[in-house]
Amino acid sequence: MITLEKVSFTYRSGQRALQDIDLNIAGGDFIAIMGENGAGKTTLAKHLNGLLKPSQGRVLVDGEDTRKVSVARLSRKVGLVFQNPDHLLFSETVKDEVAFGLKNFGFAPEVVHNQVMRTLEALGLSEYAETSPFLLSGGERKRVALAAILATEPDYLILDEPTIGQDYQQKERLRNFILQLYSQGKAVVMITHDVEFVAESNPKVILLSQGRIVAQGPADSVLSKDELVKKASLVRPQMSRLFGELTKYGLPSDVVDVHRARILLEEKLSEAKVRVAQNS
Amino acid sequence: MSLRTLEGFKFSTLKTPVHLLDPRTKFLIVIAVLVPALLFANIYVMIALLVSQLPLLLVGKVARRWALSLRAGVFLSGLIFVVNLFTGSYLSAIALTLRFLVLLTSFSLFFMTTSPDDLGLALDRIGAVRWLSRRWLGYPNALSFTFTTAVRLVPTLAVDAQTVVDAQRSRGLELDKGNLLKRVRNYIPILIPLLLIAIRRSLELAEALESRGFPGKEGRTSLFQLKLRPVDYAIVAVSLAMIGISFWIYFHYKIPVL
Amino acid sequence: MANAPREIIIAKNLGFQYVGARRAAIQGIDLSIREDEFILLTGPSGCGKTSLCRCLNGLIPNFYQGEWTGELLVDGLSVTTQLTSELSRRVGYVFQNPENQLFALTVEKDIAFGPENLGLSREEIRQRVDEAMNVTGTLPLRDLAPYELSGGQQQRVALAGVLAMKPSVIVLDEPTSFLDPRTAEEVMRATDDLRRELGLTIVVVEHRLDLVARYAERIVVMDAGKIVADGDLEETLDEKFDLLAGLGVGIPRVSLLWAALRRDGLVSGKVPTRVEDAASSLGGMMSQ
Repeated sequence: MITLEKVSFTYRSGQRALQDIDLNIAGGDFIAIMGENGAGKTTLAKHLNGLLKPSQGRVLVDGEDTRKVSVARLSRKVGLVFQNPDHLLFSETVKDEVAFGLKNFGFAPEVVHNQVMRTLEALGLSEYAETSPFLLSGGERKRVALAAILATEPDYLILDEPTIGQDYQQKERLRNFILQLYSQGKAVVMITHDVEFVAESNPKVILLSQGRIVAQGPADSVLSKDELVKKASLVRPQMSRLFGELTKYGLPSDVVDVHRARILLEEKLSEAKVRVAQNS
Repeated sequence: MSLRTLEGFKFSTLKTPVHLLDPRTKFLIVIAVLVPALLFANIYVMIALLVSQLPLLLVGKVARRWALSLRAGVFLSGLIFVVNLFTGSYLSAIALTLRFLVLLTSFSLFFMTTSPDDLGLALDRIGAVRWLSRRWLGYPNALSFTFTTAVRLVPTLAVDAQTVVDAQRSRGLELDKGNLLKRVRNYIPILIPLLLIAIRRSLELAEALESRGFPGKEGRTSLFQLKLRPVDYAIVAVSLAMIGISFWIYFHYKIPVL
Repeated sequence: MANAPREIIIAKNLGFQYVGARRAAIQGIDLSIREDEFILLTGPSGCGKTSLCRCLNGLIPNFYQGEWTGELLVDGLSVTTQLTSELSRRVGYVFQNPENQLFALTVEKDIAFGPENLGLSREEIRQRVDEAMNVTGTLPLRDLAPYELSGGQQQRVALAGVLAMKPSVIVLDEPTSFLDPRTAEEVMRATDDLRRELGLTIVVVEHRLDLVARYAERIVVMDAGKIVADGDLEETLDEKFDLLAGLGVGIPRVSLLWAALRRDGLVSGKVPTRVEDAASSLGGMMSQ
């Protein structure tokens, strides 16, 4: 469990980034942290593995205070995947890149090798094991960065804007992968402003605005509230906007994903069809 | 020497009379201080040069940050002092250490009160720079442009550097552990991504600039221009006088260390 | 009787292969764009959309080396015979990363950069810069440094810098990738407003159709370097729905919903691209 107790953080420049954050992340949780650019999302993420220490309050990772433990040690449990893979990549081959974390944590060479191969396999990168990471496309480099963090099998996985620049198919693959991880008992925390992606994945949503948590709850309830969504500089998912216009037909307003929308509409439309048939 | 001492050379956007002087004027002030400082090794001269820059520091409102640049120079000053103790008298050691501080102050003052933009504009006007630029890079304004762009990229790359450090620490990299060799090797995962990011940013920038017509034909004009005002001419006159007098004294008298 | 708008971009069998690449980035491109059109260019990653855009303003072949085939005319000029600097007067380009296209130390100087390269008089530059700042709402930002601005502000400044060149076509390559949804919508709306006000032709590259669907009339879909669909946005989405879905194009959720319901025989009619249209159609059907 990662616990944030009344965490506030102010940068040395005086800029206040986080205020009074209370948050729990348990194993098996699937969470999306959303908010406008500058709301404090990345700052919050950096508190989870100790890169930043709170100015007030404290962060506990499995009972350990992040101010008392090194980042290296916390990184064994908390894997933070940065938004731009180019900030990580430096090795001659993809294999070496993915092995870096494992080597830092002191695993034996055979263990390192096996783990690297397994992780590459899981992410569909086996064919690139001996390739230079710099020759790969943007999407592939993002996957290598993800593999590099996953290789050490952290309990908590934090993804910073994983969907930026990805096309629809790449996003689908990512979503399936995340669901796989989460079903394995890992905690997955996504920092994102991709409303549709969140709507389809249905995590618990935490809405940040100007350094404070302004809402917490299931995706369908948080993302269908116009006031909250506006505050975080987001837009309601299309399904929510659609159903917002259809409440007069007896449909609920908190629908965000296409599947549920379809089921509800199928019901109403079938009823209408029956009515039409009866009247004629 | 921490990064904070670099603050003593960073430009600050204020509008003091010193800031508003033409960069060429300010550079001439630097020369006017440099020449006597290098020609003479006299303690009184050094003190006078230091003191004469104080009003400029105060009017320019950069006195406090100048103190930071002095802190940056403490180590080197000490070194200069000690080395000169061995090669000369202790009086000359003091004089030479003071000279170093005078030069440091002069450059610090210049960079704190001159915007890189204006510096670029000034460089653009200097014939020698244009000639060099034309020979090396093919265009007369390429060199000054390179300079301005480099300055523009500094804050961005500083953030990138911090991000790379954060990203690699998140993979278990420990920069403060290990023997000297290990510590040096630990910087490879920092330098390689940073280098590549810098290159990538530059290429993207180059592409964007070319898309807006750079470098254009020979007749590139500019919206902003430097203006020499009466106060500039006055200071230029005084500076030239200083330089002239220094040389005259140098060739006619022998000034001892004290 | 109105005159038909002229064709401002004509591509005939256009193809390009980057140096050292295994296959052509684009091939056999036949495309004609009329003045004042708003076109959405889309397709899966690697399909060649960006490469096509680079041809439009001359970055290909001037900045990127490789093998060029076919013909491309932009405003009557053949791209292969022109320098990018000449084409930049006609085609402006807004890039994906807001930060890496602003280079000067203040916003005003950055916007002036383009006109300065054109060798215009100081008065002309002043006028263009002021106009560009006014029309993009960036006047209050004039003395700020680019890195002090938010992503949305940076993109607006980038737009202003492009507008100061007075182009007739503006290409925007995934301009909202790094922006949050609200800001992304604002930038798109601003682009459309500018297009109407100044009579511009707009080409937007974007994965997320829902963002652009309300402004773009025409869609061009690419896959593996070729154009696989080209036509009216709503009609193409309707007629070629399965093709586009198979390619992984970012089809709006309402369109997906409608297509599924239509397959089940519960609704009929064209696939809507906008929430309002879907809402009114569905409302109509449910109140029967």
